Amino acid sequence: MAIWLTKDSKVIVQGITGGEGSKHTKRMLAAGTQVVGGVNPRKAGTKVDFDGTELPVFATVAEAIKETGADVSVIFVPPAFTKAAVLEAIDAEIGLAIVITEGVPVQDSAAFWAYNVAKGEKTRIIGPNCPGIASPGASNAGIIPADITPQGRIGLVSKSGTLTYQLMYELREFGFSTAVGIGGDPIIGTTHIDALKAFQDDPDTDAIVMIGEIGGDAEERAAEFIKANVTKPVVGYIAGFTAPPGKTMGHAGAIISGSAGTADAKKIALEAAGVKVGKTPSETAQLMREIMS
Amino acid sequence: MDLFEYQGRDLFERHGLPVLGGGVAETPQEARAIAERLGGKVVVKAQVKVGGRGKAGGVKLADGADEAEARATDILGMDIKGHTVHKVMLAETADIKEEYYFSYLLDRANRTFLCIASVAGGMEIETVAETDPDRVAKVAIDASKGVDEAKAREIVAAAKFPADVADQVVDIAVKLWQAFVAEDALLVEVNPLAKVGDGRVLALDAKVTLDENGGFRHPDHEALEDKSAVDPIEQAAKAKNLNYVKLDGEVGIIGNGAGLVMSTLDVVAYAGERHGDVKPANFLDIGGGASAQVMANGLEIVLGDPSVKSVFVNVFGGITACDAVANGIIQALALLAERGETVTKPLVVRLDGNNAEAGRAILDGANNPLVERVDTMDGAAERAAELAAAGK
Repeated sequence: MAIWLTKDSKVIVQGITGGEGSKHTKRMLAAGTQVVGGVNPRKAGTKVDFDGTELPVFATVAEAIKETGADVSVIFVPPAFTKAAVLEAIDAEIGLAIVITEGVPVQDSAAFWAYNVAKGEKTRIIGPNCPGIASPGASNAGIIPADITPQGRIGLVSKSGTLTYQLMYELREFGFSTAVGIGGDPIIGTTHIDALKAFQDDPDTDAIVMIGEIGGDAEERAAEFIKANVTKPVVGYIAGFTAPPGKTMGHAGAIISGSAGTADAKKIALEAAGVKVGKTPSETAQLMREIMS
Repeated sequence: MDLFEYQGRDLFERHGLPVLGGGVAETPQEARAIAERLGGKVVVKAQVKVGGRGKAGGVKLADGADEAEARATDILGMDIKGHTVHKVMLAETADIKEEYYFSYLLDRANRTFLCIASVAGGMEIETVAETDPDRVAKVAIDASKGVDEAKAREIVAAAKFPADVADQVVDIAVKLWQAFVAEDALLVEVNPLAKVGDGRVLALDAKVTLDENGGFRHPDHEALEDKSAVDPIEQAAKAKNLNYVKLDGEVGIIGNGAGLVMSTLDVVAYAGERHGDVKPANFLDIGGGASAQVMANGLEIVLGDPSVKSVFVNVFGGITACDAVANGIIQALALLAERGETVTKPLVVRLDGNNAEAGRAILDGANNPLVERVDTMDGAAERAAELAAAGK
């Protein structure tokens, strides 16, 4: 088992005919994901060939769900169209919408999140600006490389894509149940806390890696949650100890504002919750190795 | 992107908010002309993106054009907490009776927006929140509903604005929200929002942060960028579409992915503690699928920084295979040679992940004396720091 994405998940791609959408559809199929179709209103009714797999293109998410039974959508549309794509996915009540797109205006993310709440949160949104979710050996929805690690019993949640890959690689001897990249934007659909809760409840996850970075206080809130609710061992890593205040470091949300959002504050909060925090990715991997061995 | 006060004032004015007449000057002569146009007493305010300018002597009253020119002469060129004053804003003066505070901002924790309002304005709102928390109202805004008149009345009641200004503040609250949404802002702050002698409520200051991700909807926002404050290397990097931040150390950093690059800065700084206290010279994320061209552009920017003594290229091959990255580095060095750039600084390269072995073999085969391969992130950081310390 895994969280949120399993071998039975049926995946559609919004923006399947675009450059990124088609490139990663091919990769997801190669990883064994059940990709069942895509959405592009201008190419509805056509089929797209991915190395021998023909996938139907639908006009809307609702139609795609009706025809294929899809329960996951991966969204690759450009920033100007992302809000409309997510609203459509919410309206169709798809279970999981993964927003890969980078550069979505915060007003748009706030708007689709508010809409989702108003609709009763029937859709779990991951992202935007995220690498997606991978349950090794079962399914892969997004852009996380599928062959880094085999299936195993570590769960991972991270704001950063490449740090996700780095830690998966360092811990490939153990393998992962699910790795979730929640994204580096100021407003995101799924938080560290959501993933921690799911991993705590997942019988096939024994230990959790949590990766954070400067900006906001999501890690501090996650620390509170861990203290109160998580009994499985958690190992943490925070990037950006030496980042200067007031500068955005690549991710839109990675900025120290005044004295808030520093890596030190996050580390202190996590350690107070009993989380072992590594100083570097390799030290973090070593801390997890000690738990798993 | 943070705006200067005068840009915020202009933005407020465009959205129908009540502001005082004003203008911006880069020279004392321009300041005089604006003071003449405004007539009477004016206030001359340093335009810097840092708080505490009043205490630093960056805000002065002037009675007439002569004095305005003299005060502008004093203030232009001043250093306020490391920010040189290049512009002053001149504004009409106001007979302030009461000072309030009003802002809309992003509430990351609740994934929505927040209004903060207080009848105790004119000072840092953080201070008021600590000493007098009952006088600071925080009202969550539903992003799908926004601020209409009813919501504005709720805010005004929560912050206990006096009855004689309530209608005006309601109107300002609605218009300020409209401006916040229309401009893709992350913050609009008015401090003080003031009641003046004739009973009007005016926005006497304007602090605005715009969302750069909203830029595609606002071609006009680009002109608001303060080119004078941007580091020349950052400017060159931006022209090449590179995600670069200049820092003050000696080890140039190139990596893929924002998180990994931030992590690389940390690991290099730790290694630097053992090697002459060298530090990272920059943040540069060349992205997931970096081509040879992008690598060449990145190397050119980093090697062009005179403070860089060594470069650490830290790549985890995820989607991009390491052999492609290794070829990219070799081609990048060749491209730079073609462009007539003599590379003399040592490069430490760490490749891991997808096709790492093939990538490493390519680097070894190229046999470039400047390129050194170290296979772990920690080891490579150590070596890059050591080389930078030796080159200092």
